[in-house]
Amino acid sequence: MKQINKFSMSIPSKSANEAFARVTVAAFAAQLDPTLEEISDIKTAVSEAVTNCIVHAYPDSIGTIYITGEIIEDNVVKLKIRDRGCGIENVKQAMEPLFTTGGTERAGLGFAVMQSFMDYVRVSSKKGKGTSVILKKKISDK
Amino acid sequence: MKINSTGEVLTVYLEGEIDHHSAKSIREEIDTAVEFNMPSLLILDFSGVTFMDSSGIGLVMGRFKTLQKSGAKLNLSNLPPNIYKVMKLAGIDRLANIDKGA
Repeated sequence: MKQINKFSMSIPSKSANEAFARVTVAAFAAQLDPTLEEISDIKTAVSEAVTNCIVHAYPDSIGTIYITGEIIEDNVVKLKIRDRGCGIENVKQAMEPLFTTGGTERAGLGFAVMQSFMDYVRVSSKKGKGTSVILKKKISDK
Repeated sequence: MKINSTGEVLTVYLEGEIDHHSAKSIREEIDTAVEFNMPSLLILDFSGVTFMDSSGIGLVMGRFKTLQKSGAKLNLSNLPPNIYKVMKLAGIDRLANIDKGA
């Protein structure tokens, strides 16, 4: 896939960075002239992925979250959100709607939101090594 | 965040962005107001909310469970389209009355 543009950044897993991460990604995606709905979808999916890193990957410490974005052929935004945290033992179970280890105030819908709002979601994880989430969304032609 | 109580009805006007970072203080403020006022209906007004992810779903589900204990009802009002989309995905419309707003 031909890469047209890219960025990368790393941020500490502090909850104040949830807003920073989604706004930065939205600004990057803005060059494809997305609709308000498309931008909102991307922001929401990124917020879910970054929150997962903060709540689950690094539960008791501050670690680093690595985010890369690419614009590839056909008006597609490709994002990767990666951590070196605790990893997910059972990815399939973690992705089931309503499954959560985050207590009563977490809905367990993070991956369901990502899957609903993006065209492509792939999660790979290794216990003790970390997790990476790849998200893609095609921005419609105007 | 503005809170208005008319005895039976407690209305909370949510503002800004609802994510994991902001959810805790919003939750505490709502719960304090609910404990103090003991309403039979809680209205969460979303007209001032500019962003919400699934942390907002957790917030609504948590308040629904608290209200259920006292038999009180929950209404969600003036949801902007992007927020309605997240609520709908979670099936919140089965727990609470949702008014999409203009």
